[in-house]
Amino acid sequence: MVNKLLKIGLFLILSLVIIGAFIYAPLAKGLGEFTRVLYFHVPMAWITVVAFFIGAVYSILYLKKKEHKYDLYAETANQLGFLFVVLATVTGSIWAKMSWGSFWNWDPRETSIFILMLVYAAYFALRSAVEQADRRASLAAVYDIIAFVTVPFFVFIVPRIYASLHPDPLINTQGKIHMSPKMQLVFFTSLFSYTMVFVWMLIMRIKMIKLKLKLKEMEQ
Amino acid sequence: MESLNQKQGLLQTGTNAYLIFKKDLLQEFKTRYALNAIFLFALVTLFAVSFAIGTFNASSDILSALLWIILFFASMSGLSHIFVREEEAHTADTLKLVAKPTEIFLGKLIFNIVLLFMVELLVVPLYVAIMNFTIYHILLLAAALLFGTFGLAGGGTIVAAIIAKSNARGALFTVLAFPILLPVLVTGISVTKNAATEKLFSNPVSELQSLFAFAIVIITAGILLFDFIWNE
Repeated sequence: MVNKLLKIGLFLILSLVIIGAFIYAPLAKGLGEFTRVLYFHVPMAWITVVAFFIGAVYSILYLKKKEHKYDLYAETANQLGFLFVVLATVTGSIWAKMSWGSFWNWDPRETSIFILMLVYAAYFALRSAVEQADRRASLAAVYDIIAFVTVPFFVFIVPRIYASLHPDPLINTQGKIHMSPKMQLVFFTSLFSYTMVFVWMLIMRIKMIKLKLKLKEMEQ
Repeated sequence: MESLNQKQGLLQTGTNAYLIFKKDLLQEFKTRYALNAIFLFALVTLFAVSFAIGTFNASSDILSALLWIILFFASMSGLSHIFVREEEAHTADTLKLVAKPTEIFLGKLIFNIVLLFMVELLVVPLYVAIMNFTIYHILLLAAALLFGTFGLAGGGTIVAAIIAKSNARGALFTVLAFPILLPVLVTGISVTKNAATEKLFSNPVSELQSLFAFAIVIITAGILLFDFIWNE
């Protein structure tokens, strides 16, 4: 019952976010209508980092406890992260087309997100190349952790060194948010509700993995 | 007393790592497999590039990018050999018995670093001469190559350890190593561009710092994680 209410609540909030992003929120000074994609682009980028972080945590847990389920959780978190990194890239690319004039021009931010996708594509390639389950699990976990420690270089350091046209990300050096209160309201509601969608997806997939493992146990 | 033990432990690790490095070096000079692979790859690409572009046609931007691409892919062709060899000759188990994982990793890392330095010592002057590449700040280029080599060797060694345990050894190495080592490539190209301009167009210190930090991070992660791969 509570579950159902939560789902309905999430649906309502997300609808409000979409309406709010297009109608309620005022435009930033001197910027066009296209900046409204902000309310979708930033949450996607944020969830990407969260998902890959969760994947790395499960990978560490696997290496510590050597339980098969943690490997599957890590895989599923990374798969969801990959989904959101694609969404962040697509929304960002649309934004780039409108404000910089082309869908892709190798801005440092675009380069770094492209490399991020390559890293996790390589992670899935590694998984498919090892057949024994426990060996695959440890190799993938190690690669995942290595990948995750190099992510800060792509996301934070490389764009800092090279001049980028990208506005300061959410986590900027001054720790300030340049938005009017109305924009902030829509923005943070959007951030929260999309994160909840991600959490919901993750919980569902973890439940599925648990059921699969139980089924395997019963078969044996 | 405890600190004395720690000191002795560190010394032991260092000595054993050096012994493994020496063993690999001797083994390498028997066959010269990795050295030949990397060096010939670099040479062939260098001449292909030189032949295709000609001597005076390329700008320093393109030349610095090509230099790093040659070095990068040349190192990709040989760095994995260090662990693949142990698995293929079935000597990995014996190695497990005689040394700790950290010592093995450090020994192999030093070997790969030395290997890359040897190749760079031959290839970079040759490239500069053949491509008519004017370097104004030689020290800057040397620093970029130094830190870049640490990063490349660090990432290459840990990924080599991973792929030696997998089924598709050859194809997987570049796929796994390329995205992780791209910061080295991107930053290295940028520093080299800077070194090839008479007046520095950006502050090279932050770029060198980033190269150095990357090397430290990837080598530390390698040392910490090698245990889990090696004992798999």
